[in-house]
Amino acid sequence: MEATSARVMTAEGYLAPPPTPHHYEGNPAAHKHAVRFGMWLFLATEILLFAGLFVGYAVFRTDFPEAFDQAARHLSLFLGTTNTLLLLTSSLTVALAHHNAEHGKNRNAFWLLLVSIAMGGGFLCIKAIEYTEKFREGALPGRFFAFSEITAPGGPMFYVVYFFATGLHALHVIVGMSLLTWVAIRCWHKEFSPTHYAPVENAGLYWHLVDLVWIFLYPLLYLV
Amino acid sequence: MSSSASSAAAGGPAVFPEHHYLNNGTTVRSWLLTLDHKRIALLYLSVVMVSFLLGGIFAMVIRLELLTPGPTIIEALTYNRMFTLHGVVMIFLFMIPAIPAVFGNFFLPIMIGAKDVAFPRWNLVSFYLYFAGAVLALWGMLNGGTDTGWTFYTPYSTTTAQGVLPVLLGVFVIGFSSILTGLNFIVTIHTLRAPGITWFKLPLFIWALYGTAIIQVLATPVIGLVAMLVAAESAFGFGFFDPARGGDPVLFQHLFWFYSHPAVYIMVLPAMGVISETISAYSRKNIFGYSMIAASSLGIAFVGFFAWGHHLFTSGQSAFDAGAFAVISMLVGVFTAIKVFNWVGTLYKGAIAFTAPYAYICGFLFFLVFGGMTGIALATVSLDIHWQDTYFVVAHFHFIMVGAVIMGFLAGLHYWFPKMFGRTYHEGWALVSAALIVLGFNATFIPQFLLGNAGMPRRYYEYPERFQALNVASTAGSSLLAIGFIIIAIYLGFALKYGPVAGPNPWGSRGYEWMTPSPPPTENFDVTPTFAHPPHDYTEDAVGDPDFAHARTT
Repeated sequence: MEATSARVMTAEGYLAPPPTPHHYEGNPAAHKHAVRFGMWLFLATEILLFAGLFVGYAVFRTDFPEAFDQAARHLSLFLGTTNTLLLLTSSLTVALAHHNAEHGKNRNAFWLLLVSIAMGGGFLCIKAIEYTEKFREGALPGRFFAFSEITAPGGPMFYVVYFFATGLHALHVIVGMSLLTWVAIRCWHKEFSPTHYAPVENAGLYWHLVDLVWIFLYPLLYLV
Repeated sequence: MSSSASSAAAGGPAVFPEHHYLNNGTTVRSWLLTLDHKRIALLYLSVVMVSFLLGGIFAMVIRLELLTPGPTIIEALTYNRMFTLHGVVMIFLFMIPAIPAVFGNFFLPIMIGAKDVAFPRWNLVSFYLYFAGAVLALWGMLNGGTDTGWTFYTPYSTTTAQGVLPVLLGVFVIGFSSILTGLNFIVTIHTLRAPGITWFKLPLFIWALYGTAIIQVLATPVIGLVAMLVAAESAFGFGFFDPARGGDPVLFQHLFWFYSHPAVYIMVLPAMGVISETISAYSRKNIFGYSMIAASSLGIAFVGFFAWGHHLFTSGQSAFDAGAFAVISMLVGVFTAIKVFNWVGTLYKGAIAFTAPYAYICGFLFFLVFGGMTGIALATVSLDIHWQDTYFVVAHFHFIMVGAVIMGFLAGLHYWFPKMFGRTYHEGWALVSAALIVLGFNATFIPQFLLGNAGMPRRYYEYPERFQALNVASTAGSSLLAIGFIIIAIYLGFALKYGPVAGPNPWGSRGYEWMTPSPPPTENFDVTPTFAHPPHDYTEDAVGDPDFAHARTT
């Protein structure tokens, strides 16, 4: 938000880019690279955060193949697939928003981001429906497990992995939606231009990561 | 630049610069909300020192308790809490941020000719996350009485009646801070090198920080996940690590050590970087094998990721896994030995100045080699089964982590003190305390090697009578250590205000950071720097500095 008030509207219809920070003075290209590079490094940490959970999944699936099989068949394939379509499509609209912001078309970017946020919201609603169903059935982790239809041992372990992985992912969806909201507001104020669109790109990258994690969670939990 | 530096060293008394980062803004706000990497480094330094003091007090309580075989000054449960406090505070609050967040923050930008780190705001955020995490963890342990040890092994940590939740959250938050620091450093090194500083003209401290930062970024998320899982398990009984519910406690150990083993290199790599800088400066000789030292930093960072299984030799790992992890662990010794040989090669025929930092370099080499060799021994599966969970392991990791890190930290603190604060300290007292610390450290931990080999298990409140003599020796040694640190606090505190003015380059060092006034201006350099000579270049002809004896280099 730094020095937004001081920035002037250019003839092309967007705000003049903010000045390069003092320690990158004379080298805006390096600053652009730094901002992008920093985001990619952060995404690497996110991958490793989820990697631990995937290890847990592999261990418990090996320990209890039958229970995982039974439990996976009790997830709603329809809702899971709908959610996958929602997230994948929202990644497309975010990519389009990035493209528009890069070309100074802030209004287009704003509406595209709004559509993406709505799809993220839709994803969370469907997730909530699925969670409610699980709570009703007693298909829950650990000591809360009371689901009679899973007869093989290790049923609770599936739901530990399921709730922890999808819960952590849902948390990331919420963070991603907040980031998209933040850049959408800035789009509304026409802040982005061909020389200044890094926030859209980085928020978009985060959203793509959220999408990517789901692309792994979906087959592992619903399909396999 | 270099001409002004050497003329100040050559002619007349050094003058304290009029404008520098310390007096650029004197309000509390100008410190607490600063974006200047040097001030953030000092914020870190103050909190890190308080943590070290606390961790040291906890250590002294443990040592006093172990003075006699039975109960001495505290109860058994308090003892468990005390070693938990000691471990968590020293590892997460002191050693992990000590060198990277203090000296790294202060010197990384200066050493590459930059004005600041890549993301100054995130740098400040990182400090406050660290601070918040530290407060949370400490409060959690003192209030909740955490007694699991710093390793939080399940199922103990998920079933103990003592509170573990706040500590785990604190560790999680500190992890975020560590990631941000590492990320900032990597991006800074990639994008803010001054013109002319190519990758192989980076000072070796920067290479070490680079290796450290890679580990911070790639390993820390996993401890974050583990902390969350354990917290969720102890709060809700999910059973992720509980065999009674189908969970797997060994999975915890795998995930935990996937971070916590590389974390040892988060602590020790920066110390190695400090040694590379100082050993060259105090032997007044070009560093021997620059590219080998640089590459071995990355080698240690890489191999360190694949060695965690040596913590699980007795936890039900397959014989093949144990053997594989043993061999990979020994590779760390290969990379470390490359460094040690290069350092010794640097000393060879050097014009050595026996200063306090040099004394710490000697201590460092001893602790690193001794601790490293016992590490190779511990990585041997059959031997480890004898030593597992005894004081031998305690002594080993104190030699490597604490001995080497403290030596590196103190060498750096003394070497860079004149640059950071513009004044010099009393060399005589510095040497006295250095001697006390190196001797005290040996006296504390060599008996523990013997105790462990004789079979004394770690973390026990009581021990048989026959172990008492060595325990008394260890406690006596730790008292020497404490006295040494108190002396340092006194003369450095005195030097802050009353020490003689240092001038830009009191050591005649050729490090890039000495080419700017001490203390440096807020923008680090008065004039945009150009670095004519490579780092650690003591070839006489290169700069021509009659004031300092330089080793002949051929």
